[in-house]
Amino acid sequence: MKKFFIGFALVSLLIAGVLSYFASGDPDGLDKTVEDTGIAEHAQEHPFAGSTFADYALGGDDKFTGLAGVLGVIVVLAVSFGLFWFLRKKSDA
Amino acid sequence: MHMSDGLLNAPLSVALLVIAAVGVGIALVRARADLDDRTAPMAGLVATFIFAVQMINFPILPGASGHLLGGALAAILVGPYVGALCVTIVLVVQALLFADGGLTALGANVTNMALIGTAAGFLVAVALRKLAERGKGGLAAVAFVSAFVNTLLAATGFVVEYAIGGAGGVEIGKVALLMWGLHALIGIGEGLITAVTVTSVASIRPDLVHLLRGNAKPLEVRS
Repeated sequence: MKKFFIGFALVSLLIAGVLSYFASGDPDGLDKTVEDTGIAEHAQEHPFAGSTFADYALGGDDKFTGLAGVLGVIVVLAVSFGLFWFLRKKSDA
Repeated sequence: MHMSDGLLNAPLSVALLVIAAVGVGIALVRARADLDDRTAPMAGLVATFIFAVQMINFPILPGASGHLLGGALAAILVGPYVGALCVTIVLVVQALLFADGGLTALGANVTNMALIGTAAGFLVAVALRKLAERGKGGLAAVAFVSAFVNTLLAATGFVVEYAIGGAGGVEIGKVALLMWGLHALIGIGEGLITAVTVTSVASIRPDLVHLLRGNAKPLEVRS
C-alpha cells in the first residue's frame, strides 16, 4: 500500500519537476479563444503577477519552472492531504 | 482553461463565487462518506497528480495548446465530491501561488472545472459503469469518454457565462465555435491521459478506483 502511494507521489514530482520543461508555451483553448476574439483586451493583470512564483517561474525566470513545479506539488499535497485526512471517517473501535 | 480577471462582469463574477462556494460546501459535507484511512491519502495524491499534469500543456494546433482539467479523472478515482475538492484545491493553489487564474474569476474557474467538469465526468462514468467493470479495455473507454465530456462541458460553462455577462460583446456564436472546436481536440488529450491514469491505477490497486467499488455493498448481505 505504502509503495503505491510513494510511487504515485514520485510520478507527480517527476511530471512537475522535469516534464514541465517540455510543455507547450502556446495559449490553451480558452486563452486562444479570448485572444482571437479580442476578449483578452479586457483581461486584467493578476494581482499577484509580480509574486515570486508567478507563472510557474522564480522571479520571472522560467529556467526554474521545475522548481516551481516541485514547490506546487508539495503545497498541493500538504493542503489536500491535510484536508482529506481531517475530513475522513475515523475507523471505530 | 483558467480565466483571468475582467473577462466576466462583476455581478456575474460574484454570483459565480457564491455558486462555487455552495458547491464546494456541499462537496465538503458529502466527501466525508468517501474518505477513510485508505482513501484520504489517495485523494491527496490525486489532487497532487492533477496539479502536476496541468503544468503540461500539450499542442493541439499550431499556436494552441491544452492541458488536463482532471474532473473525470478525479471522479473516477475518488468519487465526485472528493474529486471536486481535489480540483478546487489545485485551482486555489494555482491562483494564489502561481498567479494562474484570476482571483475574482476563481468562482467561474471552480464552477467550470471543479464542479461542472467533475459532475459531468462522474455522471458519464456512472452511466457506463457496466462497461467499465468488463475489464481494462472497457475501463479505458469509459475513462476516455467521461474525460472528453468533462472537457466539453467545462468549456460550455465559459460559453454560457460569456453569454450572460462577458466583456467586449463578441458574438456568442463565434465564442462557442472556437471554444467547442478547440476543446474537442483538448478533450481527446484529456481522454487519453485519463484512460492511461485510471487503467494504471486499476491494474495495481483496483480497490482504489472509486467507480469500480460502486455498488458492492448490497450483495454482501446474503449469507
